[in-house]
Amino acid sequence: MEIERKLLKRSSLERLVDMMRSDGNMIYAPQKKETQVVFDTIETFADMTEDYIVSNQSPKFVAFPKIEKILDFSISQEGIRQEGTQLAAFPPVVVLGCRPCDADGFDSLTAIFNWDYKDELYNERLKRTTLISISCAQKDDYCFCTSVKGHPGSTRGSDILLTRFDGGDYLAEIVTEKGKALTEKYAALFEADPGIEKDKFLAEVKPRFEVEGLVQKCMGMFEHPVWIEQSLRCIGCGACAYVCPTCACFDIQDEAAVSKGERIRCWDSCGFGLFTIHTSGHNPREVQSQRWRQRVLHKFSYMPERLGVIGCVGCGRCSRACPVDMNLSEHLINIAEV
Amino acid sequence: MEQDNIYLPYLMQIEKVTDEAPFVKTFRLKFSNEADAAAFNFKAGQFGEYSVFGEGESTFCIASSPTREGYIECTFRQAGRVTTALATLDAGDTIGFRGPYGNTFPIEAWYGKSLLFIAGGIALPPMRCVIWNCLDLREKFKDVTILYGARTVDDLVYKHELEEWKSRPDVNLVLTVDPGGETPDWKGEVGFVPTVLDKIAPKSQDTIAIVCGPPIMIKFTFPVLEKYGFPDDMVYTTLENRMKCGFGKCGRCNIGKVYVCKDGPVFTLQQMKQLPQEF
Repeated sequence: MEIERKLLKRSSLERLVDMMRSDGNMIYAPQKKETQVVFDTIETFADMTEDYIVSNQSPKFVAFPKIEKILDFSISQEGIRQEGTQLAAFPPVVVLGCRPCDADGFDSLTAIFNWDYKDELYNERLKRTTLISISCAQKDDYCFCTSVKGHPGSTRGSDILLTRFDGGDYLAEIVTEKGKALTEKYAALFEADPGIEKDKFLAEVKPRFEVEGLVQKCMGMFEHPVWIEQSLRCIGCGACAYVCPTCACFDIQDEAAVSKGERIRCWDSCGFGLFTIHTSGHNPREVQSQRWRQRVLHKFSYMPERLGVIGCVGCGRCSRACPVDMNLSEHLINIAEV
Repeated sequence: MEQDNIYLPYLMQIEKVTDEAPFVKTFRLKFSNEADAAAFNFKAGQFGEYSVFGEGESTFCIASSPTREGYIECTFRQAGRVTTALATLDAGDTIGFRGPYGNTFPIEAWYGKSLLFIAGGIALPPMRCVIWNCLDLREKFKDVTILYGARTVDDLVYKHELEEWKSRPDVNLVLTVDPGGETPDWKGEVGFVPTVLDKIAPKSQDTIAIVCGPPIMIKFTFPVLEKYGFPDDMVYTTLENRMKCGFGKCGRCNIGKVYVCKDGPVFTLQQMKQLPQEF
């Protein structure tokens, strides 16, 4: 649909939060918790912080929770009973204040969860989620969205994109039917297009590399020694995967006590040594350089080739979170140059 | 909406347990729910996720042939957490099964050709499915040769079926055990599978070779097949890698851009040669 522009005054956004909440939506927004900014449920607009570049953890968990129950089971004299997670019971969710890169991340996840087999656990959660993103007025040296087809003011992936302008009011760009339905439901809060020039209120993120060329190059990089050099200091902690808005790898485990329990799907990381190990002890990705190669090539070669999407949105979280200061965008520039 | 949960397994009842070799068992499984049984079908080469509730899921092939309807069979070696739990189960117990997943052996494309099956150790189960599928359509094929080897006589699986194949005039069965694995009354070959293959000098003309075994056996078997002139697109194998989902999402079975769970597990030697060396 064609993007509609409206004015959402700051006071109206405050009321919108209250009204959406009283209509039964769970509203996730960035909050300051100790030294971090994390997405958690808010009760009023005042609970939210606007002072962040990107949150420490991505909002992907609203559609792909860290731990998702697949089924409950019980074991008794009568036998085994199982009950699958009731998808219809997922609550309606609004994510307020995710960044354009975060919204972009859901496109990657959707591609992974829907090639061939449709993962309705993910799809149902996303279907019930409305993304009200806020464009980026600030950036830091880790941001590289413009190198991977993103932009501080990109509407892609968002249902509504807000851009804060002078005085604290917002330009609201209505991107999807879902966003439109929301503005129609709360029509009194959305006013006529403020007619501002959006770009004036966006951070400037300069492109660092040319991604199409990088993707092409990565296809022939499997045997290159660059993976060894770059990963020498990687400790395989997996932090990068846990903060990443597009990482979708998971494990399936049973948790049980005597006669009942649940089967869960939980986040995992290709950086872990145990990720691919066979029961026999054989491990196809035996050393860290092979795991680092998998991480980079999965995002910049396998996903573009198989799914038509790049598995990276340039949010820079992996590099901010890395305890040994591996910087993804620098490594990508290095890969493009070697 | 429960049926949309692609991670929800079928419940299956163990109908029969067969001890095949030390720590190796076969389960014959029937669907607990008749509607599941009616809706289910699979083809040779596909695999599934078998689960013990409370212990987790484990990946192995469907070892029975789709021509044998009404049940599926799996053969597993007790090695990890799930297979150790499976090994304690008996007839009448219930397990979970998700599947079938993955691609299949193109059996119809092989009609009119000779078949050479080469298997080692616990890798006979994924091939047994294809062997019985082809033997149940025996008139469609020319010569059928099965070369099977294990470390010791005791480690040979499906001993009763090996007897049956041996007695069939339309099957040429060659059994071998590794040097030192033979018993005093062993009448088969003694030697590694690639060596015995070289000894039987297989004819490559109009012949499909299906190879399944541990990586070391595969590695030394392919050159022997090349020596006898088997083209790469006439040689098939089935790969395995650690898997969780079985359908291309959990992210661990891929070899480069190729997903063993979706693009495989069945590959030709031609396809294998294009894979990066990471398996």
